Amino acid sequence: MRSHKGISYAKYGYIFSIPFLVAFLIFSLYPTIYTAIIGFTDLKGLGKTDFKFLEDPLQNFKLIINNPSFKISLKNTVHIWIMNFIPQIGLALLLTAWFTSRGSKLAGQGFFKVVFYMPNIITAATIAILFNSLFQYPMSPANDLIQRLGIVDEPFNFLVKKNVARYIVAFIQFWQWYGYTMLILISGVLGISPEIYEAAECDGANSVQMFFLVTIPNLKTILLYTLITSMIGGLNMFDIPRLFMMGGPDNATLTTNVFIYNQAFSGSYMYNRASAASMIMFAIIAFFSMIVFFIMRDKDEVAARKSRKQMLKEYKKAMKEAKS
Amino acid sequence: MRKSTTFGRVSFKTIAYIILIFLTIVSLLPFIIMLVNSTRSTFEIQQRSLSLLPSTFLMSNFEVLTGKTFDPIVGFINSSIISVSATALTIYFSALTAFGLIAYNWKMRQAFFSVIMAIMMIPAQVTSIGFYQFMYRIGMTNNLLALILPAIAAPAAVFFMRQFMLPTLPMDILDSARIDGAGEFYTFNRIVIPIMKPAMATQGIFSFVASWNNLFLPLILLTSNSKYTMPIMVSLLRGDIYKTEYGAVYLGLSLTVLPLFIVYFSLSKYIIAGVALGGVKG
Repeated sequence: MRSHKGISYAKYGYIFSIPFLVAFLIFSLYPTIYTAIIGFTDLKGLGKTDFKFLEDPLQNFKLIINNPSFKISLKNTVHIWIMNFIPQIGLALLLTAWFTSRGSKLAGQGFFKVVFYMPNIITAATIAILFNSLFQYPMSPANDLIQRLGIVDEPFNFLVKKNVARYIVAFIQFWQWYGYTMLILISGVLGISPEIYEAAECDGANSVQMFFLVTIPNLKTILLYTLITSMIGGLNMFDIPRLFMMGGPDNATLTTNVFIYNQAFSGSYMYNRASAASMIMFAIIAFFSMIVFFIMRDKDEVAARKSRKQMLKEYKKAMKEAKS
Repeated sequence: MRKSTTFGRVSFKTIAYIILIFLTIVSLLPFIIMLVNSTRSTFEIQQRSLSLLPSTFLMSNFEVLTGKTFDPIVGFINSSIISVSATALTIYFSALTAFGLIAYNWKMRQAFFSVIMAIMMIPAQVTSIGFYQFMYRIGMTNNLLALILPAIAAPAAVFFMRQFMLPTLPMDILDSARIDGAGEFYTFNRIVIPIMKPAMATQGIFSFVASWNNLFLPLILLTSNSKYTMPIMVSLLRGDIYKTEYGAVYLGLSLTVLPLFIVYFSLSKYIIAGVALGGVKG
C-alpha cells in the first residue's frame, strides 16, 4: 500500500471533473455572462441576435427599476410567497410535532406522508390549469361546492377578484409544498439526539414544552434552510401564475418571472430589458443562496468533525472507566 | 390523574385525525374531480361540476381533445426522451464528479467543491435569456439536445452523491483494485457504480420528475409542435380552442398526471425516504 503512494492519482480528480466542468462552462456560466451582457445592449426583436452596447449602459436597468409592472411583479412575488410560506411552515411544524410525538403515536403516518407530499411531484403546469378549471365562473366545482354548502346563493366569480386570484395562487403553492417541508422537518427531528428528549422527560417537561424548548431550537438550521430555499423557489415562481391566470386579473398574479417571460418572448421581444430584470433577480437570489452556502458549509464540515471528536472522547472515557 | 391523561390522549387523537383526514381530502379531491370529470360530457359538467360519479363520455372527450392541437403521444414521447436521457446523464456524471471529489487528493478539489455548493441554488431561469440567445445562434432551438446536455452539470446531484459517498465508499477497495491492475475508470464503472446504486436511484427519481415537469426552458426553446413536451401540451389546454370543452380539458390534464401517479405510488416509499435524506444533509 505504501508503495502506491509514489504514483500520483491526483490527475484523475481533474479528469473525472472535466465533463461536469465543460457542461457547466457551456450551459451555465456562458449563458449567465451572456445574459448580463445583453442587459447592457439594444438587443430586441424576434429572431435578432446582433446587438450594440447602449450609450448609457445602465439604461435598461434604470427602465426596469422604474417600470411600474416590474414593481408590481416584485411586490406580487413577495406577497404571494409570504402568504404561502407562513401557513406552510406553521402546518408543517404542527404535523411534524404530531408525527414525531413521543407520547401518542398516530397510526397511518406512512399513508399521510405519501398523500401530503403527492401534489409536489405533479406537473405545476397541470395543477395551474386544473385550479383554473376548478374556479371557473359561473359553473365550476368550487362554485358548485359553495352553493351546495349554502355559503352563497349566487355563483361567485373568483377569478376577476384581484385578491382572490392571488390567494388562490398562494394556496396552490402552499398546497404543493407543505408536505415537502413537513418531510424535511420530520427528518430533522429524527436527527436530534434522543438523549436530549430523555433528559427533558426526566425534568418533567410535557410534550408541548418539549416541542418548543427542545425541538424548535434544535431545528434552527433546518428551519433557516427551509426559509431560504423556499424564498429562492418563490422568487422563481412561473408555471402556476403564468398558466393559472396569465398574470391577471389586472396584473394581480404577475410575478417577476412571468414579467421577464412577457418582456422577452411576447410583444416586442425586448431581450435586453428582460436580461436586465433577470440580472436584478439573479443578484437577489445569489445573495440568498450565499446564506444557504454558509449555513451548509458550516453544518457539513463542523458537524462531521464534531461528531467524530465526540465519539473519540466517549470511547476514551469508556475505556478509562472500564480500566478503573 | 391517569384518567385525565388517557382522556387527553383520546381527544388529541380525535382532533389530529379529523385534521389529517381533512388534509387528505384537500390533497386528493382536485385530482378526483379531474379524473371523474374527464369521463363526463361538457353538458353534464355544466349542469353539475362537482360529482363523484363517472360517466360514459371518456371516448368522445378523447376525440375532442386529440382533434385539436393537443397530442398526448407526441408530448409523451418528447418528454420521455428528454427526461430519460437527462436523468441518465445527471446520475452518471454526478456520481463521476463526486467520485473525483472524494477519491483523489487534487489541488483544486476544495475550491471546485465550494463552487458547486455556491451555484447549487441558482436556478436556470434567471439566465434563460442568454441561454436562449446562445441556442438560437447555434441553431439548437427546437432541438431536444439543448434540454438534455445541460443535465451533465447538476450541482445539487453532485452534492447529494458526495454526501452519500463519503461514509459508504471504502477506500481500501480502490487500493486492492489498483493492485489487481484495474484502471481508475474501470474501478469507477465496475466497483463504485454498484455501491452508489441507492443514491443514484433516489437522485434519478428527483431529476426525472424535475425534468418531466419543467415548463420554462422548453417553452422558450421549442416552437415546433412536433417537439412539444407534456407541460407545453398542457399549456395548450389553457388556450381559446379548448375554452368550452370542459370534459376534454379535464381528460388532457388527467393524461399528463397518470404517468406521474403510476411512478409516484409505485415508488412512494423510496421517494419519501429520498426527500428525508435530502433534508438531513441539507
